[in-house]
Amino acid sequence: MAGAEFETPELSEHIEVPELVEGTMEHITCFVAKPEHQTDLGFPGEKVENWKEVAIDKMGDLLSRYRSFQVFMDACVKCGSCTDKCHYFLGTQDPKNMPVGRQDLLRKVYRRYFTFAGKYFPKLVGAVDLSEEIIDDWYSYFHQCSQCRRCSVFCPYGIDTAEISMAAREILDSIGVGQKYCNEIIGKVHKIGNNLGLPGPAILDTLEGLEEDVYEEDEVAVKYPLDVKGADILLVTPSADFFAEPHVDGLIGYGKVFHEAGVSWTLSTKASEAGNFGMFIGSYENMRRVSLRIREAALELGVKRIVFGECGHAWRIAYSFLNTLAGPFDFLDPDYPVPQHICEFTLNEIEKGTLEFDKSENDDMSITFHDSCNVARASRMGDTPGGQFEIPRKVIKAVVNNYHDMEWDTIHERTFCCGGGGGLLTDDLMEVRVKGAKPRMSAFKNVMEEKGVTHLAAICAICKSQFTKVLPYYGMDMFQIVSVHQLVSNAIVLNRKTPPEEAPGYGEDDDE
Amino acid sequence: MSSVYALLFIVATIVLVIGLTRKIVQYAKTPAPLKIPTTPAPVTQTGVVFRLFREVVLFESLFKSTKWTWIFSWLFHMGLFLVLLRHVRYFIDPVWLPIQLIQPFGKYAAFAMVAGLAGLLVRRIFVDRVRYISAPSDYLWLLILLTIGMSGAMMTFVIHTDVVAVKQFFTGFWTLSGGELPMDPILLIHLTLVAVLMILLPFSKLLHIPGVFFSPTRNQVDNPRERRHLVEWARKFEES
Repeated sequence: MAGAEFETPELSEHIEVPELVEGTMEHITCFVAKPEHQTDLGFPGEKVENWKEVAIDKMGDLLSRYRSFQVFMDACVKCGSCTDKCHYFLGTQDPKNMPVGRQDLLRKVYRRYFTFAGKYFPKLVGAVDLSEEIIDDWYSYFHQCSQCRRCSVFCPYGIDTAEISMAAREILDSIGVGQKYCNEIIGKVHKIGNNLGLPGPAILDTLEGLEEDVYEEDEVAVKYPLDVKGADILLVTPSADFFAEPHVDGLIGYGKVFHEAGVSWTLSTKASEAGNFGMFIGSYENMRRVSLRIREAALELGVKRIVFGECGHAWRIAYSFLNTLAGPFDFLDPDYPVPQHICEFTLNEIEKGTLEFDKSENDDMSITFHDSCNVARASRMGDTPGGQFEIPRKVIKAVVNNYHDMEWDTIHERTFCCGGGGGLLTDDLMEVRVKGAKPRMSAFKNVMEEKGVTHLAAICAICKSQFTKVLPYYGMDMFQIVSVHQLVSNAIVLNRKTPPEEAPGYGEDDDE
Repeated sequence: MSSVYALLFIVATIVLVIGLTRKIVQYAKTPAPLKIPTTPAPVTQTGVVFRLFREVVLFESLFKSTKWTWIFSWLFHMGLFLVLLRHVRYFIDPVWLPIQLIQPFGKYAAFAMVAGLAGLLVRRIFVDRVRYISAPSDYLWLLILLTIGMSGAMMTFVIHTDVVAVKQFFTGFWTLSGGELPMDPILLIHLTLVAVLMILLPFSKLLHIPGVFFSPTRNQVDNPRERRHLVEWARKFEES
């Protein structure tokens, strides 16, 4: 069970492929969702009596609804290409953490019940009956996948373990064996509006506090508006941004950028969460319900644009799925992409010349950028492929003097996940999180030693939370993780002394 | 005996065609409800065609991943491709010019094919990670293909079989004129395993052949902000 002692792996200079040690992570099982967490989401509260039939039926249902799942179950040739690509395998040595090892937990059952070869020659093709032990294996190992898609980059058929772990989690949920962390959070979003369960007044209080802080420091009245009808931009950001460091420093940065750009913007209590854990559990229905809040907020506030704050998987859902799940967004200004990433917005303003920076404000740091997995491999920014790599780097380079990338095979689409994504950011999975962070920590340590880098900048709330927790395990400091817009916030020169909406002539001409 | 083989190949062809068609129809009919290309992904349909081309012909992702596996599997697949092209001459008369031109390459491609397969087999046995994920059928496929390749090469380079008779036998298929297959053990092993391969293909991991074209992470255009992507079963939520 969680909380057991474990050893932090030693960092090595290169990524070494470890020998297999079977069962090293078998003991890791995260807390099981309580009945009320399950039923809130439309799943049975407890493990159903006929779980076997329900699970097989659900698998069949998903096979017929998701081409990815069907093709990925069939197409694997066991070439081994993915076996050394998962950060959890590299950190734990457990072969069931190799992408294909993880997939096979589901595939061997698929073969048994859905293929000719598995029905009649199970031993030959490695097919097995669904059993209690397999359900346990699913529960352990599919909650040790951060759905980061690194394996899918290297698979000759593009088999994406994220799709398979989503399917497995949906099957588990449908028999009443859900994960507490994800399901409780989705319930909070449905009921209160955000992952942290912050009610409107608490958010308002935080934002007023931020306004005071910024005024004290810079003597400029930067506004952090909430639920302002008629604002041009609705900012949707992870609720972590209202709450903790370094997240909140990023939020301060967004506000300053909007302020200097002279645009009117607002946050919304209804859409006070960019994250959407519906994806982690593979549930289209839940993902859709969570997404619709953003649409409703945009309509109620009458905004023209939607901008997303720094959050990795939230950006995947925003970029790739929002239009599908909650669209069409034809009521918004067609001149801007729906939605837009805050880095796209900021770079746009930088290129227009609206923002002035004093880079020396960040001279106490030497920065490297951590490509967050879901941004890197599951989304885009800008108009061209790879914009998601270039745009954040351009923003960083515009505001800092010292920047160095980590090794080429650990960044861009080959980036290593922080180790805490995909519904793993919970203390009961700390051992997985620490061990899974090993490849990223190695690359970071290398660039620290070789280039004198001091800080790791990220654009994902989970990455930031995860590194804050995990860096100390590897002998580093929790404050070495910073938000990209925290760097922007440090360097930005606030030339506009009053908030745009209070400036004379504001709103007379179109601001962009 | 010849008629047994004739029957075997008729059955094999029917199973292959129907089996494969059924799988392709299944893949095509199964909706892909969300845009999930692995990025950076092409933003146009033409880009997707190029991406798939690089994947199918050059094994781009495998190249990124593991150079040894890439070398062996590329040798095997390209060898097999040339060998198959060369074999077209056993089925048509007159033989098309491109197929004539390819003959010398197709002959030696057999060595590439066998070498690639041998490399893959050695890897499967000696790399602990690959051994761990291998089921008996994974070895069996390599052995079947190796035996097909080696028996074929034997007939080309060591003990020639009566290819004129073989050709008559297979062209007899189309024209229903019949023909006698030489009772040459190497040829019979070769043909038996080819028929086995054809019959098992639609029920095996060889479904990666159509699968690669249907893989949403590879065949989708990265344009979800520009175009709404909605499948039928998801549309129902909007109506309720």
